[in-house]
Amino acid sequence: MAELVRLAIVGSGPAGLSAAGRAAALGLSHVLLEKSDHLSDTISKYQKGKHVMATPSQLLLRSDQAFAVGKREDILQTWTDRTTALAVNVKYNAEVKSIRGTGPAIPGSIQKIVTRARDGSSTMTEVQRFAPPYAIELSSGETIMAESVILAIGTQGNPNLVRCPGSDLPHVTYQLDDPYAVLDEHIIVIGTGDAGIENARGLAEDPAQRNMVTVLNRAAKSTNVRESFATAKEPNALALVADHDAGKLTIRYETETKAVEPGWITLATRDGEEKIRCDRIIARIGSAPPRGFVEACGIEFSSSDRLAFPVLSPVFESSAPGIFVIGALAGYPLIKHCLNQGYDVVEFINGNTALKPADEPLLEAKFRDLPGKRSVDEWLEMLRSSIAILEAMSPLQMREFMLDSVVRSCSKGEVIFERYDSGSSLFAIAEGSVHVLTDPGDATKVVPIGKGSIFGEVGLISGRRRGATVVAAEDAICVEISRTAALKLQSQVPAARKAIELISIERQLLQIFSSGLTSADVAELVASARVENKVAGEVVLAEGEEGRDIYIVRRGSMIVERLIGGRPVFLSYLPAGSYVGEMALIDGGPRSATVRAAIKSEVVRLPGDAFARLLQRRPELLAKARSDMAARHDVNMFIESRKESFSSAVDMYSQTAQFLVDNGIGEATDVLLIDEKLCIGCDNCEKACADSHDGLSRLDREAGKSYAHLHVPTSCRHCEHPLCMSDCPPNAIKRGDDGEVFIDESCIGCGNCQRNCPYGVIRMDSEPPKKPSLLSWMLFGAGPGPGEAPKTWRKKNASGGEPPKKAIKCDMCSGIDGGPACVRACPTGAAIRVSPEAFMSVAHMESDN
Amino acid sequence: MASTPHAGMRADHKAVADHDGFLRHARFRWIKVALVVCLIALIGYFAADVKPRPYGGSWYGYTLGTAGVLLIFWLALLGIRKRAMTAGRWSLKAWTSAHVYLGLALVVIATLHTGFQFGWNVHTLAYALMMLVIASGIYGAAVYAVLPSTLSSNREQLTLSQMVEGIRAIDRQLHEAAQPLTHSYTEVVLAASEESPFATSLWSRLSGKYPHCATARALTAFQNVASSPDTGPAFATVETLLIRRKAQLDRLRRQTRLKALLEIWLYLHIPGTIALIAALTAHIVSVFYYW
Ligand SMILES: Cc1cc2nc3c(=O)[nH]c(=O)nc-3n(C[C@H](O)[C@H](O)[C@H](O)COP(=O)(O)OP(=O)(O)OC[C@H]3O[C@@H](n4cnc5c(N)ncnc54)[C@H](O)[C@@H]3O)c2cc1C
Ligand code: HEM
Ligand code: SF4
Ligand code: SF4
Repeated sequence: MAELVRLAIVGSGPAGLSAAGRAAALGLSHVLLEKSDHLSDTISKYQKGKHVMATPSQLLLRSDQAFAVGKREDILQTWTDRTTALAVNVKYNAEVKSIRGTGPAIPGSIQKIVTRARDGSSTMTEVQRFAPPYAIELSSGETIMAESVILAIGTQGNPNLVRCPGSDLPHVTYQLDDPYAVLDEHIIVIGTGDAGIENARGLAEDPAQRNMVTVLNRAAKSTNVRESFATAKEPNALALVADHDAGKLTIRYETETKAVEPGWITLATRDGEEKIRCDRIIARIGSAPPRGFVEACGIEFSSSDRLAFPVLSPVFESSAPGIFVIGALAGYPLIKHCLNQGYDVVEFINGNTALKPADEPLLEAKFRDLPGKRSVDEWLEMLRSSIAILEAMSPLQMREFMLDSVVRSCSKGEVIFERYDSGSSLFAIAEGSVHVLTDPGDATKVVPIGKGSIFGEVGLISGRRRGATVVAAEDAICVEISRTAALKLQSQVPAARKAIELISIERQLLQIFSSGLTSADVAELVASARVENKVAGEVVLAEGEEGRDIYIVRRGSMIVERLIGGRPVFLSYLPAGSYVGEMALIDGGPRSATVRAAIKSEVVRLPGDAFARLLQRRPELLAKARSDMAARHDVNMFIESRKESFSSAVDMYSQTAQFLVDNGIGEATDVLLIDEKLCIGCDNCEKACADSHDGLSRLDREAGKSYAHLHVPTSCRHCEHPLCMSDCPPNAIKRGDDGEVFIDESCIGCGNCQRNCPYGVIRMDSEPPKKPSLLSWMLFGAGPGPGEAPKTWRKKNASGGEPPKKAIKCDMCSGIDGGPACVRACPTGAAIRVSPEAFMSVAHMESDN
Repeated sequence: MASTPHAGMRADHKAVADHDGFLRHARFRWIKVALVVCLIALIGYFAADVKPRPYGGSWYGYTLGTAGVLLIFWLALLGIRKRAMTAGRWSLKAWTSAHVYLGLALVVIATLHTGFQFGWNVHTLAYALMMLVIASGIYGAAVYAVLPSTLSSNREQLTLSQMVEGIRAIDRQLHEAAQPLTHSYTEVVLAASEESPFATSLWSRLSGKYPHCATARALTAFQNVASSPDTGPAFATVETLLIRRKAQLDRLRRQTRLKALLEIWLYLHIPGTIALIAALTAHIVSVFYYW
C-alpha cells in the first residue's frame, strides 16, 4: 500500500498550482498530480507569446504564486520557479484515471449518473460513495492514497483519440503548437472542424515550408460546404476548399484512417484502400469534456445541462466528502479566481474557518450604498430567501452569482427601464414592488409585480427590446441579473429554469393578446402550454394540414410561405414575440400557409381548444385576433394579385428573403447590407470604420455572399442570441443600449468569441500606432492616409512593441454621434443598415419596384 | 396567419435607413434646389439691366461670381468631407447628391457670370478648367450610376485577391503539367504563366484589350495543332488549364477595367479642381488689381 498523504491535488493549472503552493507553505504532506510533463498544460497551449491578462482587476490576488499581466512564457516561468522554491511535490506524467473512497460505505450516499447515447436513449448507473481516504489510480497503474483530494483539472477534457491499428505511435498527435516550425513533411490532418482546418491551412500556407498536407474528410464532397464540413464555420470551410483548388493542400472526401505505420498511413476510401506517405498525423476530432470522469468520482453536477457545474459547499467541497473542486471546473474561468481558490481551499481544509473569500471586497462594494446596514453574508441570505428563483442556491453559488449581478435600490416612481430600451438582463424584486406600464399612452394602466417575483424576462429569452416601461411602485430593492448570470442560474438550478419559463409564458400571453386579459384568464393556457424546440428549417405548420393549435415564437424567428403556382412564395417574417395559427382556429379549415423556423427557435404551443374557450369568454380578444388576421389577409391578397402581373418580382422577393435568412439575417437585429447596384467598390465604408475605431476596420466589404446584387458583407449581425457571448471568460461581450453587441476593455484575447461566431466577423488584432492628421497627409503626404494602416507601416511606427491582441468587432458605432460610420461615409448610398423584419416585408418589396 | 409584435419592438427609429442612391436622394431634393438656383440666376440675368451688355464686372456679374466662387470652394470640400470621419449627422451620400446637382448648376451660374465674353486670358482659363472639372464630374456620376451592377455580377462573389489567387493556383499546376511537353511548347506555357494578371498599360486597363496577351497566344498555339505525335495526355491537360487561365484572366481584367473606368475620371477631377482653384485665385486677383 502506498503511503498516505494529507492532500492530493489533481491538475497543475493555476488553481491546482496555487493549492499545492499553499499546502507546501503550510507544511502539509501533499502531492500535485499533473498528466502532462510540464506545469499548467492549458496555459502552455495558448498561442506563442500570448499576452495573458489578469482580470478582474478589482479582485485582489491571494496566492503563494505571483500573477500579473504578461507573456505566456514569462508567467509559466515564474510559476515554475516559484513551485520549485516552495518545494512543491510535483508528480508529472501522472494522469488520474479514477478516485475511489476506501473507507466504509457512506449510508444513503448514492449518486445516480445518467448517460445519454447518441440515439437519444439513456442509461442510469448508481454509484455508492465510500468514505475517505481516497485511492487515486494513475494511468501508469500506480496508486496514491490521500485523505483529501482537490480536483483542479479545468474544462479542457481529453482529446478524442484516433482508433485504428498503430494509433498509439508517437507521430499521431492531437495538437500543433507552431505550424510554421514544421518543414518538409507529409502531414495528414484528421478532422474537419475549425481547429483541424486552421492547422491544415497554417501548415500549407507558405509553399517555402514544402509541406504536403492532406485533410481527411469523412463526408462526401458537396458544393454546399455546410454539408461537407458540417462542424466548421463556413468561411473556414470555404477557405480550405479554396486552398485545395489552389493546389496548396489536398482534401480527401469519404476517407477514413485504416492503419498507421511509421512513415505511412493506410486510408479507407470509397474506391478501396490506399497507402500514402505520412510523417505526422494531427487529429483534431474534438474532445470529451471531463464530466464523465468527475461524475465517476462520486461528484454530483447541478443538472444534466451541458453548462452545469458540480454542486459545491461554501468551502468548495463536492458531494463526495473530502473531494474539493476548484478552478474552471468549478465554474470560475479566470486565472485570478483559480489562484485565489487554490489558496482558499487549502486554508479551509486546514481548518481556517475565519477566512473570508477573496471576492469579499467586491461584494462589499456592491452592497455598500444600499439602505439597511447588512453584512455581505446577511445580504446574500436576504436576497436568496426573498427571491423565489434564487431559493435553491448554495451560499457559494450566491456569491458567484452576485459578482455578475447588480443590486439596485429604487425609490418610489423611479423608472427601472423604458419600453424599447434594449437589454437582456433579468430583474428580481427582493423588497417592495413594481408597476409595468402596459399602455404607453395611459400611465394608469399598470400591472403590479410583487416581492419575490421577476420581470424583464422577455429580453433574456428573446433578445429583443423591452416591451413596456417598468417603474418602482414603492421603494424597492431589485437585483439586475446579467444575461450570463441568468443563463448560469438556469443551468445550475433546474427549479429556477422552470419558474422563469412559466412566468415568461404567462407574461408573453398577456403581452401579445393584451385586451385586458388577467393572469386568471390565461391560467389554463399556461398550464397546458408546451415549449418546443425547432431546428432551422423545421416546419411548425404545414399548409393544407388540419390543426388548431396556436404557436408563439418564443425565441428565434419564423418564415411564413405559401405555395403559389407550385412554388413556395415568401409571405412574411415573424420575429420572436409573434403568434401563428389562429386563422385555422377562428375561420376553421386547414392551415392556409406553411410556417417554418428560420433559425434554431423555440415555440410555445398552446392547445387550440383551450384557446377557443378563452376566445369565447373574452370577445374583445376575438376582435383583436380578427383585426390582426385582417392585416395578414391583406398581405396574402397582395401577393396573390402580384403573382399575376409580376410573377418574377414575387419570385425574386422570395428568393432574396431566403438568401438573407441563409446568411444569418434571421437571427440578426441589425445588419449591414450593400446594394451592389450602387456600390462602386471605393471601400470608403471600411476606411470610415477604421478611422472611427482606433484605426482598425471591423468590416470586410468585399467578402461575404451576394444575391441579386444584395451583398451581405462580413460584419456583425448583432444576433439576438449571440454565440460569441457564450464562452467569454471575463464576460467582456455585452449588449449595449442600442442593441449593439460589443466587446469591452476587459477582453483577455483568448479568441473564443472568434471561434464561436458563425459568421466569422470577429478578428484578433492589436491597436495600431496613431496616424498623423488628415491635413498633414493631404498637404505633405505624412502617414498612410485614411483607413486602416498597412501592416508594414504599423510595424515601422510601433513604439515599444505591439500592444496585446484583442478581439475586435463592429459595435454599431455606439457612442458616436450620427450613427454607423460605414453608412454615413458611403458616397452613393449603397451601404445600408437594416433590421430584418423591416427589410423583409412586403411593403419593402413594393417600394423596391 | 399571424401577428407580429408591435412595429418598432426594436430598432424602431431606423427601420430601413432610407434606401435610395445618391442620384435619387431624398426624392431628388438637390435637383430641385439646383433648378431653382438656375432659374433665379437666369431671371436675375435678364431682369438686371446691365449696360452696355452683361459682363462679369457689373454688380450682377459680381453677385454671380461670388456665388460661383463660394460654390466651387464648397464643391471642393467634398474631398475633405469624404476623408474626415468626424462624428455628427452627416451623410456622404447627401453630400454627393448635392455636389452633383449644384455642380451642374454652376454651369449656368458661371456662364452667366462671364456674360459670354471669352478670350485668351486667365479668366477664360479658369472657366475652361471649371468646365473640364464639371465634364469629368458628369462622366463620374454617369459611371457611378451604371457600372456598379456590372461590377457586382462580374465578380461572382469573389474578392479581387481570391481572383488573383485563383490564377496563381492555375499557374502552379501549369508549371507541373508543362514539364513533359517539348521545349517550344513549354516556353509559351511558361510565358503565359509568368504573365502578370495586371495590365502594364493604362490603355489596356481601360479598354480591356490586351493585344500581346501571352495566355491568348499560348492558347492559340495549342489549339492550332491538330493531334501530332507530341500531343499526349499532358498536352490536353495543359490546354484545359490554359482555357481556365484565360477565362479567369478575362474576369479579372473585366474587373480591373470596370474599377479603372470608375476611378479614371478622378485623375482629371481632382487635379482639375486644384488647377481651377489656382486659376480662380489668379482670376480674382487680376480683376481686383485692374479695377
Ligand atoms: C486561449 C485561451 C486564453 C485564455 N486567456 C486568459 C487570460 O488571458 N487571462 C485569464 O485570466 N484567463 C484566460 N483563459 C482562461 C484560463 O486559462 C482558464 O480559466 C484557467 O487556465 C483554468 O485553470 P484551472 O487551473 O482550473 O485549469 P487548467 O488551467 O485547465 O489546468 C488543468 C490541468 O489539469 C491537468 N489535468 C487534466 N486532467 C487531468 C487528470 N485526469 N490527471 C492529472 N492532471 C490532469 C491538465 O493537464 C492541466 O495542466 C484563457 C483560456 C484560453 C483557452
Ligand atoms: C467646379 C465644380 C466641381 C468641383 C470643384 C468638384 C470637386 C470635387 C472634388 C474635390 C471631389 C472629391 C474627389 C475625391 O476626393 O475623391 C469631387 C468628387 C466628385 N464629384 Fe465633383 N466637382 C465639381 C463638379 C462636379 C459635377 C458637375 C459633378 C457631376 C455632375 C461632380 C461629380 C462628382 C462625383 C460623382 C464625385 C465623387 C464622389 C465620391 O466618390 O466621393 N462634380 N468633386
Ligand atoms: S462606401 Fe459604399 S460604395 Fe464604397 S465600398 Fe462601401 S458600400 Fe461600396
Ligand atoms: S460577433 Fe458573430 S455571433 Fe456575435 S453578434 Fe456578431 S454576428 Fe452574432
